[in-house]
Amino acid sequence: MPVPVRERCRCRCGADAAVPQVQEIVFRNFYTAFLSVRVQRPGPGGPRRWVTCLRDHRLMPCPHTEEGSQDYFSLHRHQMLCDMDQVTAVRFILRQPSPVWLHFTIEELQIFPPGQKSPQKDFPSWLSQLSPPEQPASLHGELPDPEKVSTEVQQMWVLTEVIRARQAAARIGRFDVDGCYDINLLSYT
Amino acid sequence: MLDPDSGLSLTIARIVQRLKGSSLHSQLERQARVSLHKPEIKLESLKEDIKDFLRTSGWEKKLQNAVYSELNVFPSPCHPAAPPEHMKEPLAYMRKAQGNWEKRILKSLNSMCTELGIPLAQKRPVNEQKELLNKWNEMGTDEPDLSLFRPVYAPKDFLEVLMNLRNPNYENGEQLSFRNHLGLIQVPLKVKDIPELKEDFSELGLNIGQLGIDDSAQVPPEFFENEHVRVGQKVLAEQDSAAAQQYVRQGCPTALRADLWALILNISNQPEDILYYEQLKSNVIQHDLLVDSLIYKDVKLTASNDDYYFVFEDYLYQVLLCFSRDTSVLEHFTYSSATPPKSYIRGKLGMEEYAVFYPPNVAPLCFLYHEPSRLYQIFREMYVRFFFRLHSISSHASGIVSLCLLFETLLQTHLPQLFYHLREIGAQPLRISFKWLVRAFSGYLATDQLLLLWDRILGYNSLEILAVLAAAVFAFRAVNLMEVTSLAAAEAVLADLSTLKVMPLLQIFLFATVT
Repeated sequence: MPVPVRERCRCRCGADAAVPQVQEIVFRNFYTAFLSVRVQRPGPGGPRRWVTCLRDHRLMPCPHTEEGSQDYFSLHRHQMLCDMDQVTAVRFILRQPSPVWLHFTIEELQIFPPGQKSPQKDFPSWLSQLSPPEQPASLHGELPDPEKVSTEVQQMWVLTEVIRARQAAARIGRFDVDGCYDINLLSYT
Repeated sequence: MLDPDSGLSLTIARIVQRLKGSSLHSQLERQARVSLHKPEIKLESLKEDIKDFLRTSGWEKKLQNAVYSELNVFPSPCHPAAPPEHMKEPLAYMRKAQGNWEKRILKSLNSMCTELGIPLAQKRPVNEQKELLNKWNEMGTDEPDLSLFRPVYAPKDFLEVLMNLRNPNYENGEQLSFRNHLGLIQVPLKVKDIPELKEDFSELGLNIGQLGIDDSAQVPPEFFENEHVRVGQKVLAEQDSAAAQQYVRQGCPTALRADLWALILNISNQPEDILYYEQLKSNVIQHDLLVDSLIYKDVKLTASNDDYYFVFEDYLYQVLLCFSRDTSVLEHFTYSSATPPKSYIRGKLGMEEYAVFYPPNVAPLCFLYHEPSRLYQIFREMYVRFFFRLHSISSHASGIVSLCLLFETLLQTHLPQLFYHLREIGAQPLRISFKWLVRAFSGYLATDQLLLLWDRILGYNSLEILAVLAAAVFAFRAVNLMEVTSLAAAEAVLADLSTLKVMPLLQIFLFATVT
């Protein structure tokens, strides 16, 4: 006997805007098992129509258990079935076939157009690849060339940035405050 | 979920970040600089030549081991939008339950402090420091008055908390229905079934040699044991962590175990590690923590009375007292659902290590390692990789909640009559097996059997084998258990596990039980 599937329709995110493009959609799941996305965009004939761009994307590997239930997800342009240009409306269709959950939804929804980076991917600066070329000092009693000096100062600045970027993970150890380490109570917050 | 490419980039970036401040990094730089004097390094192909040099001199292997270690310990990176608490524990209600449990422990500690009038931490007076330094190697002879100290919590308190865990978004009806679990754990976590476990633990199969089975007196060593030892020696010579981890899935020969475990956990005995241990030791001498008394009491009650472990009593103090002062353990809190308690020094905020951990699993390691600093490092690494998951509330597959649920599900699915009978007489199986799980069977099995079991924990990088063994023990004693009529009688049947052989039990349960 097929289990009845509860569906919920979420319609119309964002106001109509001139030629919006969708690069990435980011959201936090809350017990939704499958997600479908439809967008309204101009068809080949001219008038706007609804097109499915994502069909039954699985968010929870097993709808009865917790895996994936509160995770963060990204949907990228290249995962979509259709073009994500000139989108005027977006519709999210959530499915949760399991009857054990009381509610299901998606939260913290964000839609990013191209060019705008989604929440900061924390890549460290690869400044360590910049090794400043050796500049021999040639001050034969004259004033140094200001161009050379400014290049050297720039290189020194890059080096200090490299050192600052290389935060050592090693800890210094315990610390006293004014030679005292008397602790009387643990705090609850 | 991250798409594969950005996930890989984030992982690489994170590992590079972590290894950058390490001593391995400076050693590699030093080696590269030293190699410039060698004739085979040419200026035109500098980068390639140095890479070749590092490969042939074994330094690339050390780097590989370090990267492998990082991959094993830290979880795969979260989505960039996810806050840090999401990496600790993705489910909000579990984070809350862990927070409440921690508050309870803190309250208990604080009230113990105020009742006994003892500060949590204080500097030791100089004469006391001298005295402690003198008897550092024989702290077991000390008999301080510990009668006023009571344990902060017992395993059954923790089990009560786990039993009451509920997902507020789950239909927890009062009537029994398909939604409720028949066991004590009521959270719907995903646990593996026997076909999945068979695949995961495929090296424990019936047609594959095992230490613990195929090295018994009746089996000629030419069949398996000699070759296995030879392969183990080769793995040690290669110093390859990943190969060692694969190798120990079939068990470690006793003579090679200490070195193989150190290789898998990526512990090198560098001078700076010994120095670090000495620094911790001096912290113990200089500062007195309330937790020290709790540790003394715990060791006196458990290991000192144990037939196998009492000889190591002094070692245990040396390791545990240092461990409670080790701030590098704080790093594991980024991926643990627990949070270290804070306290105030003279009104300013200070970080106190998570000083209450239960129970200590140091004793079996004392059989393997004799120098305190090496013993200490192994224990610390095993704690931050595995054992911390046994007493914090999380949804991780190796967390205690998942292990309990896995045990109950396995028993229910494969021994339904036994499960039903025990439930009817008021002897829920988890009430008996919980103490085994939370101690990783330490103190219940014979030591050689325990070490064979912990070989597999390291080999598979997971604690799930503990739940499988617990179910296998029940299966083994099923006939006796079907005849008992009370919880006390069931406990008596399962009181003594010291004669059990672990590997045959696991093999039979996974591969030879008719389902």
